[in-house]
Amino acid sequence: MNCSEVRSLVHAHLDGELDLVRQVEIDDHVRQCEACQAIYESQRALSSALKTDGLYFTAPASLQRKVRAAVRATAEPSQWWSRAFSPQRLALAGAAAIVIIAAIAGPIVSRRSHDDQIAQEVVSAHIRSLMASHLTDVLSSDQHTVKPWFAGKLDFSPPVVDLKDQGFPLVGGRLDYVENRPIAALSYRSGQHVINLFVWPSTSSADAGESFVGRQGYNALSWTRDHTNFWAVSDLNVTELRQFAQLVRDRSGGG
Amino acid sequence: MPAGLFDEVVLPHLDAAYNLARWLTRSDADADDVVQEACVRALRFFGGYRGNNARGWLLAIVRNSCYDFLRRHRPQELTDAFDEEIHTAVEDTQTPEALLLRRADRAMVRQALETLPLAWREVIILRELEGLSYKQIADVAGIKIGTVMSRLARARARLQQLLGSDATREVAQ
Repeated sequence: MNCSEVRSLVHAHLDGELDLVRQVEIDDHVRQCEACQAIYESQRALSSALKTDGLYFTAPASLQRKVRAAVRATAEPSQWWSRAFSPQRLALAGAAAIVIIAAIAGPIVSRRSHDDQIAQEVVSAHIRSLMASHLTDVLSSDQHTVKPWFAGKLDFSPPVVDLKDQGFPLVGGRLDYVENRPIAALSYRSGQHVINLFVWPSTSSADAGESFVGRQGYNALSWTRDHTNFWAVSDLNVTELRQFAQLVRDRSGGG
Repeated sequence: MPAGLFDEVVLPHLDAAYNLARWLTRSDADADDVVQEACVRALRFFGGYRGNNARGWLLAIVRNSCYDFLRRHRPQELTDAFDEEIHTAVEDTQTPEALLLRRADRAMVRQALETLPLAWREVIILRELEGLSYKQIADVAGIKIGTVMSRLARARARLQQLLGSDATREVAQ
């Protein structure tokens, strides 16, 4: 190592960012080269001057109290909010509360909190399907086996498409329960990732474009088409999940 | 999100949060305000916390809160044009006289640090006072590791200049 190489690495050396081999090389060089040694020592002197205790500002005791208070003030309303909107509470006090909130907050907000609620439900259903090893009731990669299986179990017939040729093989289907009704859940894989596609009839006749939410590390895409709600949930990245959603729309549009 | 969990994750790093905020805002009262605001933000973004390196996660939020604060109250500190090219004076400004800074007292070092441009000050504080690695600094400040290294080198060269000459003068008196 020559002088200019050593000088360019002095900081990294003192900061402990170099591998052992280069550390030793620099140490050797510095021992033999007075000019580099002077630079090295002055940098080391600077570092130790900066590490004197007096330069570190520790938080005043009052700050900890203030932070606790600020956090409590913020946390409690939101905890109340999330408790109030948990499925159990909804079952108890939900209907009345929703009517009141919808009346106060207006249709847009209520629409959003409704979607939030569904997002939470489908993400929870997705997590449950992975935790309880209950991914499928009918284990089949054949769409012609999966689709008839739902007949008689649901009051609608979900579109079932296989996307194996696109890298999203169908794993099977099962019944799930979202928005207070039984729905179809179709499972797909993408590599090691599981995608649950939740399908149920929409109460609105209008189509809705794709919208995205992230929850607890999972991504959820939703859209409404032909009187049917679709929610795709996965830990897959958003780009690939969008691809999947597009393929579902393309394929189920025809059949 | 339970406030108890937040206490466990965030409050142990309150000193680090305050130290960074204090150095970036250079004011006790402002650092106090910024840290409180940052903690409330941290609570709101707690869902984005991935369970590793709570300190780095909190410091990134504190750093952004500081920048927001400065943008609102002292925008000139952010726009104070410091061109990294113009301020380059890294080459061999380190002379043996700089050894004198060993004698530099704390007040001088503090003053020298406070005169550094904001972008240099933050990497020095994170590296020397907080002991973060280059990678961690890059994450907190949202810059590349190469930028961390060049800013550190420039900041140190400037400190050498400031402290070296000051120390010399003091000794000469």
